[in-house]
Amino acid sequence: MDYATLLQMLDTTLRLATPLLFACLAGLYSERAGVFDIGLEGKMLMAAMCAGSVAYLTGSVWLGMLAAIGGSLIFALAHGLASITFRGNQLISGVALNFVASGITVLVALALFDQGGRTPPLEGGARMAEITLPLAETLRGVPVLGPFYADVVSGHPILVYVGLLMVPATWWLLFRTRFGLRLRAVGENPASVDTAGVSVKRLRFAAVLIAGVLCGLAGAYMATGLQAGFGREMTAGRGYIALAALIFAKWRPWHALWACLLFGFFQSLALRPDVLANIGLKIPVPALDALPYVLTVIVLAGLVGKAIPPRAGGEPYVKER
Amino acid sequence: MAGANETGRQASAAPFAIELKGISKAFGPVQANKDISIQVAKGSIHGIIGENGAGKSTLMSILYGFYKADSGEILINGRVTPIPDSQSAIRAGIGMVFQHFKLVQNFSVLENIILGAEDGAMLAPSLSKARKVLDDLSREYELDVDPDALIEDLSVGHQQRVEILKALYRQAEILILDEPTGVLTPAEADHLFRILRGLKDQGKTIILITHKLREIMEITDTVSVMRRGQMTATVKTAETSPEQLAELMVGRKVLLQVEKAPAQPGRTILEVENLRVKDDQGVERLKGISLTIRAGEILGIAGVAGNGQSELLEVLGGIARATGSVRMNGQPLDLTGRHSDGQSRRADGIAHVPEDRQVLGLIMDFTAWENVAFGYHHAPEFQKNALIMDNAAIRADCEAKMATFDVRPPIPTLAAKNFSGGNQQKIVVAREIERNPDLLLVGQPTRGVDIGAIEFIHKQIVALRDAGKAVLLVSVELDEIMSLSDRIAVMFDGRIMGERDPETTNERELGLLMAGITGGDAA
Repeated sequence: MDYATLLQMLDTTLRLATPLLFACLAGLYSERAGVFDIGLEGKMLMAAMCAGSVAYLTGSVWLGMLAAIGGSLIFALAHGLASITFRGNQLISGVALNFVASGITVLVALALFDQGGRTPPLEGGARMAEITLPLAETLRGVPVLGPFYADVVSGHPILVYVGLLMVPATWWLLFRTRFGLRLRAVGENPASVDTAGVSVKRLRFAAVLIAGVLCGLAGAYMATGLQAGFGREMTAGRGYIALAALIFAKWRPWHALWACLLFGFFQSLALRPDVLANIGLKIPVPALDALPYVLTVIVLAGLVGKAIPPRAGGEPYVKER
Repeated sequence: MAGANETGRQASAAPFAIELKGISKAFGPVQANKDISIQVAKGSIHGIIGENGAGKSTLMSILYGFYKADSGEILINGRVTPIPDSQSAIRAGIGMVFQHFKLVQNFSVLENIILGAEDGAMLAPSLSKARKVLDDLSREYELDVDPDALIEDLSVGHQQRVEILKALYRQAEILILDEPTGVLTPAEADHLFRILRGLKDQGKTIILITHKLREIMEITDTVSVMRRGQMTATVKTAETSPEQLAELMVGRKVLLQVEKAPAQPGRTILEVENLRVKDDQGVERLKGISLTIRAGEILGIAGVAGNGQSELLEVLGGIARATGSVRMNGQPLDLTGRHSDGQSRRADGIAHVPEDRQVLGLIMDFTAWENVAFGYHHAPEFQKNALIMDNAAIRADCEAKMATFDVRPPIPTLAAKNFSGGNQQKIVVAREIERNPDLLLVGQPTRGVDIGAIEFIHKQIVALRDAGKAVLLVSVELDEIMSLSDRIAVMFDGRIMGERDPETTNERELGLLMAGITGGDAA
């Protein structure tokens, strides 16, 4: 494998890791606050459909992005109502939302565009432009690092950079601010927050809504950045892969980045069977396609060491006597 | 007129720190608090005692803004102060140390202390301020804890100090402690009392909720007694006695000391040699336990919770595996193989009243009669034929046991969770004792059980002993160990530190052993 191929693969890795990263961070906020979110998938799908449709109808990728966030937030709100306000089962609420998303996205897309559940291809201002970072071409001549900067780091839609910036931002918010302290506390022992006179429900809703916004960005990126339009079930289990990455990362922001890049790398490998063939590994393409999912199963089965989730995760908070 | 002026002047000169007037609170049909009025003098330690379910916790929860009273008034320092939520309670200068600590286990001490009382959106300034305040407080009140330690690495006693510090950091003038000594060693409890006295000397007001009469007598200035949601009496501690308080709590005369004749030990029932247990992390929890119990005696195991007592019970009860040797009636017990389970142990004549009845003793959502059959459901008298169980027989058996053990209400079809703690425990004890085992393992028999039921359960254990059975009693309540046991073994860090005779030993000596100190014959 030559350097150019490696750069291409890393470039693809970063592109494919971005929706995972948004979804993973979304899960991180929600689960750190004690609300399990298996509905990342559904929120992303909903967001992707909203982004694709609105971007096509208005010709504006930014209106599409707003619609994506809106669509995802509606689902987040429903999850919050079911699992925080009415103390329902968080897993069931999440699964239900995934089903709803799977159906309603196709339904709406069919009704609007009558193209088998997909939106028409997006062009021009309805897609996210790729940004060339400053000095990318100037520095290309610098050995090794120059091409890396120009080909891998530069030349992505804005949301790729937003996603990367979300990592330190999340770390800072969680570990350096009052909001973060309370958010983490409410996921570990909500009673400690309650007895301190702080509203458990409000904190958890805040976390769930942040997750909604992030899933919105993930979906918008998928429909208008990574691809040119919404397609039926286009998230293809990325919400679950993001959950696996979250467990792999043990609910820590920086580790989430590395985990998502790893999963992204596996996905990019599936797109380039020739790379493996060149180094003598003949693996059928379907097996490569399955790789990220196999890794997900391995992670979820707990084969990568013990991951301790936030202690109050999954349990609605009820004041005890 | 003159009298009214007199009281008016007095009230303004020294208003009560807390005054409750006619507080009532009902949960559905249950009247948890009925027209409760109480006055707590500033700078005093005021005890509140009562049995489980007497309404103590409800009353304190109302005071801390967890519940809203249906009627009544709260006055803080003479001023009417509505307390709709915990925030208002904190603002009114009330701090609460709950029985189950409200701490975040993987946060540092400092983080726990500032949680909810941060000074701004950023953590750094709050943390450094808290560090300074903490330093002052710990020097002033013997409340030293490492501010950077994680809660999960602290002992229970230190965790409790963090809870007290939390309240003081919020400038609490009134401190409520709910059953604070339940989890402490005698030495830790003494330390806590020193802290409380120090706080009192600084003019803080302290409310101590407990069911331990000895503590009430030792540290409080005034005691209020609650029974069935009502305040039955408020007396000066110096003018009362434990016997009088017990009677006020239960509503009848209660025997505080267990009456028992001297033991008449017979043949050896259980021999344990060099028992060792490792937990999931590979840490050795039992480090070579050896002991024997004979027929007709009660061996009490004293110790602070978590020093291997649970593991010992679990191994003997067939729940956990171990190495070493155990002989029951001369026959070796299987400690690792197919026969190291509860069913085999019961067949060998071992009955087990586990420490945590809600987890190991009962299935809380199942009915009383189902629970009474568990473990013995294979018994021939419970079978109609090879396939079908005789539920009617089990129910009849349950009714009989409920009558013998005075379980209230005596309704076999009621779910276990709907009984009070004491009655749940009676169900478990009835199930295990009535099968007439050779050896009864009993862990924390009276944890969360009210005085009336404690007396009853103690009597049953002694009766079993007098019937020539062996009893292994594990309890963290030193009083219970001392009054029931014929011999006392003290466990510390997976070892038996020594054996003492309850007639000749004392709490101080046992307390030292419980802390792992064996300074020769210390007593």
